[in-house]
Amino acid sequence: MVQSLDTLIETPSQTAGPYVHIGCIPSFAGLPGVYPEDLGLSPIAPGAKGQTITITGAVIDGTGWALRDAMIESWQPDAAGRFAGQDGADPAVSGFCRFAADKDSGLFTLTTVKPGPVPHRSGAMQAPHISLWVVARGINIGLSTRIYFEDEDNGNDPLLSRIEQRPRVETLIAKKTGEGQYRFDIRLQGDNETVFLDI
Amino acid sequence: MKDMTDNGESDQGPLIPRQRHMHPVPYDPEYKTSVPRSPKWPLLSMESTPSEETGPRFGHSLLGPLDNNLILNFSKDGSPAIGERILMHGRVLDENARPVPHTLVEIWQANAGGRYRHVKDNYLAPLDPNFGGCGRTITDAEGRYQFLTIRPGAYPWPNRANDWRPMHIHISVFGHSFGQRLITQMYFEGDPLIDRCPIAATIKERSQLDRLVAPLDMARARPLDFLAYKFDIVLRGRRQTMFENRLEGM
Ligand SMILES: [Fe+2]
Repeated sequence: MVQSLDTLIETPSQTAGPYVHIGCIPSFAGLPGVYPEDLGLSPIAPGAKGQTITITGAVIDGTGWALRDAMIESWQPDAAGRFAGQDGADPAVSGFCRFAADKDSGLFTLTTVKPGPVPHRSGAMQAPHISLWVVARGINIGLSTRIYFEDEDNGNDPLLSRIEQRPRVETLIAKKTGEGQYRFDIRLQGDNETVFLDI
Repeated sequence: MKDMTDNGESDQGPLIPRQRHMHPVPYDPEYKTSVPRSPKWPLLSMESTPSEETGPRFGHSLLGPLDNNLILNFSKDGSPAIGERILMHGRVLDENARPVPHTLVEIWQANAGGRYRHVKDNYLAPLDPNFGGCGRTITDAEGRYQFLTIRPGAYPWPNRANDWRPMHIHISVFGHSFGQRLITQMYFEGDPLIDRCPIAATIKERSQLDRLVAPLDMARARPLDFLAYKFDIVLRGRRQTMFENRLEGM
């Protein structure tokens, strides 16, 4: 026998299930009035500094079908790379957003400001990115990934550099479709499966 | 940048890596929807960065007075929801056994008949006009939270030919950093459907599944009013960095 540790083990995850919208975005789910408004409707308020961008995409399963029930959360810094609560952070950038796949098309939309680069513990800078967390029925533990941007310099990003199979890097890079417009699909499985993170 | 909890403990430092074998397996053929929705390739493992070590904070001003009372928070005229009245309570801690204060906890659940108020749920059990099925609260300085609600009913769901979900309440917790984000489910002591549920069975470590089963807590039950169930939640903790050089400003 040995001494016992003082640490605890993390509570295990369970799927968010098909009705996650009731708990997290009840007005979207058709339960208006329980709360004044859904949490995380927008990561920015009027006056947020930087370039306003819109990212559109879908969460696609292994058969090629776009999920209609996925819910996504995003977290990002402001245009200068500062997170809400940090010294000097833009007060108009909360950085947090909740959005869901459209129940008919499966498309999601995130309108935000383009984030600035964030320092890494190694001293290197991380290329601008938005962190995502994806939950849905059939996803037993929420999936973490990131959105990078094809019109930024991603060459020295510490996370992207860790991806051995270089073609897979492309799964984390949003493609520019117009001025301030990007496309980012999340492929859970199959061809071009998105790189998901254990981070 | 300073970021201290109410205990004066630092909220800085990398997150302790997840013990993935203590979580459900992503792919489980008995839970059919997980088959096309589980990544096939390994996750990219990496030490957390400021992107995961920071996260949204929500203040108590967010909350309305009935947000953690599901018996009344959907009722238009003050009539209570139908069902067995229960108090769900517990603490949010981290892996270092420290309380996680001032963090948002959200729950959602079926009504007493096992029906969700959701456009996709057309189960035979009727909707309760006084029950919406969602609630939220923020933990206090010691990480405690509580909800007053009704015990949800078990319900059938399309998976294998005759699968039923045990009574359960869905729970979402933020912690203080985006990398701590967790959604799970609370089950009820003594429910025979737990051991028949393919979603519960995605957790292969039995001791971990047991941690999702809330015991009846008569010490917190209120005579002639409600029963109580205790459900503690542990989020990822921070790795101690006492002997590591840290960059100024991080
Ligand atoms: Fe459920």
